[in-house]
Amino acid sequence: MVYYIIHRILIAIPVILGILLLTFFIKAAIPTDAVTALYEGQVTEGEAAEAIANIRAKYHLDKPWYQQFVIYVSDVARGDLGESIRTRQPVMDEIGYRYVNTLLLTFSALAIGVSVGVLSGVLAAYYKDTWIDVTATTFSLFGISIPAFFFGLVLILVFSVWLRWIPVIGSGWQGLILPAFCLGLIEAAPLSRIARSAMLDVLGRDYIRAARAKGMRESTVLFRHALPNALLAVVTIIGLQVGNLLGGAFIIEVIFGWHGIGELAVQAIQWRDFTITQAVILVGAGTYVLVNLIVDILYAWIDPRINLGT
Amino acid sequence: MTALNRIPIAERDVQEEKLPLLQVRGLRTCFESHYGSVTAVNELDLTVYPGEVLALVGESGCGKSVTAMSLMRLVEAPGRIESGQISFDGRDLLTLSTQEMTELRGAEIAMIFQQPKGSLNPVKRIGSQIAEQFERRRGMPHAKAWKLAVGLLERVGIPGAAEKAKAYPHQLSGGQAQRVMTAIALALEPRLLIADEPTTALDVTVQAQILRLLTERCRSHQTALILVTHDLGVVAQVADRVAVMYAGRIVEEAPVETLFANPSHPYTRGLLNAIPRGNHYSESRLEEIPGTVPVLGRNPEGCGFADRCQASYAGRLNQCSTQTPPTTRIAQGHTTRCWIYHSGDAQ
Ligand SMILES: Nc1ncnc2c1ncn2[C@@H]1O[C@H](COP(=O)(O)OP(=O)(O)OP(=O)(O)O)[C@@H](O)[C@H]1O
Ligand SMILES: [Mg+2]
Repeated sequence: MVYYIIHRILIAIPVILGILLLTFFIKAAIPTDAVTALYEGQVTEGEAAEAIANIRAKYHLDKPWYQQFVIYVSDVARGDLGESIRTRQPVMDEIGYRYVNTLLLTFSALAIGVSVGVLSGVLAAYYKDTWIDVTATTFSLFGISIPAFFFGLVLILVFSVWLRWIPVIGSGWQGLILPAFCLGLIEAAPLSRIARSAMLDVLGRDYIRAARAKGMRESTVLFRHALPNALLAVVTIIGLQVGNLLGGAFIIEVIFGWHGIGELAVQAIQWRDFTITQAVILVGAGTYVLVNLIVDILYAWIDPRINLGT
Repeated sequence: MTALNRIPIAERDVQEEKLPLLQVRGLRTCFESHYGSVTAVNELDLTVYPGEVLALVGESGCGKSVTAMSLMRLVEAPGRIESGQISFDGRDLLTLSTQEMTELRGAEIAMIFQQPKGSLNPVKRIGSQIAEQFERRRGMPHAKAWKLAVGLLERVGIPGAAEKAKAYPHQLSGGQAQRVMTAIALALEPRLLIADEPTTALDVTVQAQILRLLTERCRSHQTALILVTHDLGVVAQVADRVAVMYAGRIVEEAPVETLFANPSHPYTRGLLNAIPRGNHYSESRLEEIPGTVPVLGRNPEGCGFADRCQASYAGRLNQCSTQTPPTTRIAQGHTTRCWIYHSGDAQ
């Protein structure tokens, strides 16, 4: 198992380098010249030439790109993400607490999504073609087709404006409830479908009949014998869905005023604050890679058939 | 092949006086489909005594597995038990509640399935697939249940049982998987074992070992065994009585010697003729009678075998294809379902 984990981590390294390369070149993709952006409105014409030269030297912009890249990677490795162009504060300070907020939101949403999705999928499969199945399938169809921002607005309208249960922009855990449910329920929809079809497949297998022949109770058959097999499919999908979840979180954060990196990213783009944009993308993509690493390990842990020696 | 211990006939005759453990009457199991209903098991009668081995033989698709599943009430949709009685130790299984039936499975009637590998859960260690019965059915603590599971694995002949208990099904050979299935079935010491072709996929040596394991159990614990098989060689070796099944019905039932010495139903005769002479029974299979198995349910009237029957001749043919022959008793413990033996007024 240890060998397998090391192997997976080694495979992740080139992916992370690729991400670094991409974020590094984001500067080039941003329409405003980086140096102009740095100095916008802060110097007079006369000072400009010298200052620009200084700045170029300070930010290593006078060096060839591959040297700049090496410097960038070593900075990132030391946890130095540069400083915000707008506030001149280290990006790390700004992004740190917001990253925690985003993780809080995505993991609450993931917990809600997985429990609601898997449970409804399992029940839909077990009670196939009954009203339970029809209800679960209908809701998951809704969940798949409704855009996150629209669902978020509906939730605000119902729970904050009409029912007045939760303030529109809450703080602390109160502020977390609506966005987490919004994101979580949307996440639950595809998971429910996957869980249902995986469960239907598993419930038809010989070992389920064998478990019944052993005199196992239906709840034991369903949750101890069938579910672990169906989870293999669900876990794979969870890994792929984390990308959606992060993307969704960006929008949801803006709608609900949740101070995460998504909200920061939108502000940074408006301010043309490329160091922050760069950092947000780096952190987001890094999280995606990390989560998929965890999913792979989890998968190997659930499925004994995966050969851990390779 | 190794000869297996057989009890002498004199001893076996005593069984007639015992109370039957299982008595099936008029069992009928159907499958609904878009094309209509298929009757996989029809008017099936079966009696099993404690300690005996009853072989259920018949060609592929004749309804052996569906019969086995029906006895356990494990027929799954679109299948359904339509009618009949399954009386086990005086209780009619078809009237038991789901809860009562669950409690009976494994503990009173256990089953060994046709697909040993597919019948083991791929993500659970084999030790815990045995141990869970002690834990969940007998309320034993895990450590004790695990110990019993290892003991059972040893008894069914798995070398290095303590280590092997930690293995997953994909790490077993076919023979080992079948031994594990056997251990699972024997765990709660059931009084009736149903083994659905337990040795089909195994080589001859392993096959003989598993069969010996099962028959020894019958002798020592008075466990009854319904052995579903294709293989007449196996039947000759281990069965006390044989029930021959054709197109969902039992067409002949007799003690094993009687059946081989004096087969009465044309289908049984066809089967035995299909066997090469000598003692090489183990190589023989049942599919060698000309013609094909009729599509079940299409022709509910008449004898299912009529189209392929070598004995059907002008005078009989009408009756054969219009009326189902009743079960006729032709000797002590020997019954058959054929118009030839039914002389209108007799019985
Ligand atoms: N799930 C099902 N759906 C529809 N029909 C079925 C189903 N299972 C069995 N049958 C019908 O029941 C008949 C008997 O099947 P069964 O599995 O009992 O045969 P068998 O005697 O065990 O054959 P084999 O020797 O190949 O195992 C089949 O011919 C088929 O028509
Ligand atoms: Mg079968």
